[in-house]
Amino acid sequence: MFSFELLSNAIVIGILLGGFYAALSIGLSLSFGLLDIVNIAHPAFIILGAFICFIFNSSYGLDPILVGIIFAPAFFLLGTLIYRVYYESFEKTGATALRGLAFFFGVMFIIEVLLIIYFGVDYQGVQAEYIDYKLTFGVVDIPFRMFVPFVVAMIMTLGLQYFSSKTFFGRAMQAVAQDTLALRLMAIDPSKIKRIAFGLSLATCSVAGALFVIVMPIEPSIGRLYIGQVFAIVVLGGLGSQSGTLIAAMLLGMVESLISTFFGPSWAPAVAFSALILVLAIKPTGILGRVGDTRG
Amino acid sequence: MKSNRFYLIMLGLVILSYLATAFIDNQYPFYAGFAILQLMVMALAWNILGGYAGYVNFGSAAFFGLGAYGAIVSYQLFAAPLIIQILVGGCVCALLGLATGYLTLRLRGVYFAIATLALLVVAETLIHNWDYVGGAAGAYILPSRTLEFLGVLIVGKEGGLFSNNKELLFFLLCNLALLTIIICRIIENSKYGRGLAALRDNEEAAESMGVPTLKLKLIATVISASIMGINGGFFPYFMTFIEPTSAFSLDISVNALAMSLIGGTATWLGPVLGAIILGTLQQIATVTISSEINLLIVGLFLVGFVIFAPDGFLGLIKKLGKRGD
Repeated sequence: MFSFELLSNAIVIGILLGGFYAALSIGLSLSFGLLDIVNIAHPAFIILGAFICFIFNSSYGLDPILVGIIFAPAFFLLGTLIYRVYYESFEKTGATALRGLAFFFGVMFIIEVLLIIYFGVDYQGVQAEYIDYKLTFGVVDIPFRMFVPFVVAMIMTLGLQYFSSKTFFGRAMQAVAQDTLALRLMAIDPSKIKRIAFGLSLATCSVAGALFVIVMPIEPSIGRLYIGQVFAIVVLGGLGSQSGTLIAAMLLGMVESLISTFFGPSWAPAVAFSALILVLAIKPTGILGRVGDTRG
Repeated sequence: MKSNRFYLIMLGLVILSYLATAFIDNQYPFYAGFAILQLMVMALAWNILGGYAGYVNFGSAAFFGLGAYGAIVSYQLFAAPLIIQILVGGCVCALLGLATGYLTLRLRGVYFAIATLALLVVAETLIHNWDYVGGAAGAYILPSRTLEFLGVLIVGKEGGLFSNNKELLFFLLCNLALLTIIICRIIENSKYGRGLAALRDNEEAAESMGVPTLKLKLIATVISASIMGINGGFFPYFMTFIEPTSAFSLDISVNALAMSLIGGTATWLGPVLGAIILGTLQQIATVTISSEINLLIVGLFLVGFVIFAPDGFLGLIKKLGKRGD
């Protein structure tokens, strides 16, 4: 069963899968990691983005990634809108934990059902020239269906990391995460920064959705399967650390790929989530965590 | 005095549920009623940990599913009778509940919620890969048409106490729901409930005032988990078929949480009302429109209530009552 060929292919697929996971979770590392907004509907927004790509791809033949980028500003606006509702109803009154969670759960269900009503429950896929290609190096195959999303994901993830660590606004976001009170004392309105940051986090969903529909066919409630994954990655990576998120995504992609190659795909989730429970129980700050407290 | 009246009403409901099975021939009410009662028990059990102690459990479906599969295992192993199946389900979950209770030592708030979500995925994956209980293909339970216990014919078309299994299960689940209500009420009115409320509001303060927080939390998780497990234990017997995806569905977790939040988490009446209102609406929508609308109803109610009526249905009534004065 064990062979060098299998192993090397599993590692390559693991890296590509890791990049894809990074794209799925980088937005959440902004909203959940930095802003403490537990956006459980994050994967549902990604699937919404994926279906938008599907519509434009199937009726006008547009490239899904292009559609994803075009619609990113729309998602940004949607994000600022949702944050406004969230802020007015929960953050202002200080009752965020349980009710905020419930709110996003409700949003998730609403998105799912609307997609089901409009598209039905069948699996849908997209067409693009590069999807069926693959590169072969010796025994290692690199399928383009994974490689193209990987490249886009890396650009987006590294771009966001650069943005949040080097630009003025990015640092402002970090400041919100570190000490909201201090910002208020400087007469800066943290909710304004958070609104833009949350918009940004949803904008990544549009692009991630495009990647998603390239990697695999979609159906309206498939996002649920990824709730665990994305939260696992953000927590493993250490909340709010974009590079940590990238490392954790790679790790999870690699573990899943190796497990599904050598033990069968049905075992993959158990390992990833057992790891998550262990990390939460032993080192809750994750790999590269900001100093935080999971007991609050 | 008030307590006596409460227990009298409970006894009345037990008798009423039996009379319903004896006099209603149409089977649909039992099917719909079973679904609503199942939601109610889940919501009440969730509320013990989520409402009284403030620990949000996303993994309710893990306990429900493991309860159901505990029943399946005991059935496969020695064709255990219904009651044993249900109790096995409950015991399995009590143990898991204890483990979850220890998780609360390090994790609070959102992190606890995420850990329980992970627990759900792990539990589902394990069952998925366990061929003995059918794996992904699922498992069947084929209950016999008659059931005798100590010489009394309990289920039988002619002369039995119940004319079929579904009616028996409906009656039993009714009793479980009433029992759960009684447990919740006892918790609320006891020193124990006040301890949970204290640690919900401020765990450090409670701890330093001498509230044994860990012990209280462990008791809460074990009670909550075993009720969910017992509830799950009914499921395969009622459906006669079970597979991991439906037994561990995230819908179960979210429904439990949603019913409590929509009703109000302060008392046992909240989850009960939430389950009756939402469950009935869901059943009506399933029959008249489609079962997909179920989720939409939950979603809209959830969003609407957390924004406009944060204390749930009961809080809303209270507020309107005050305005009227």
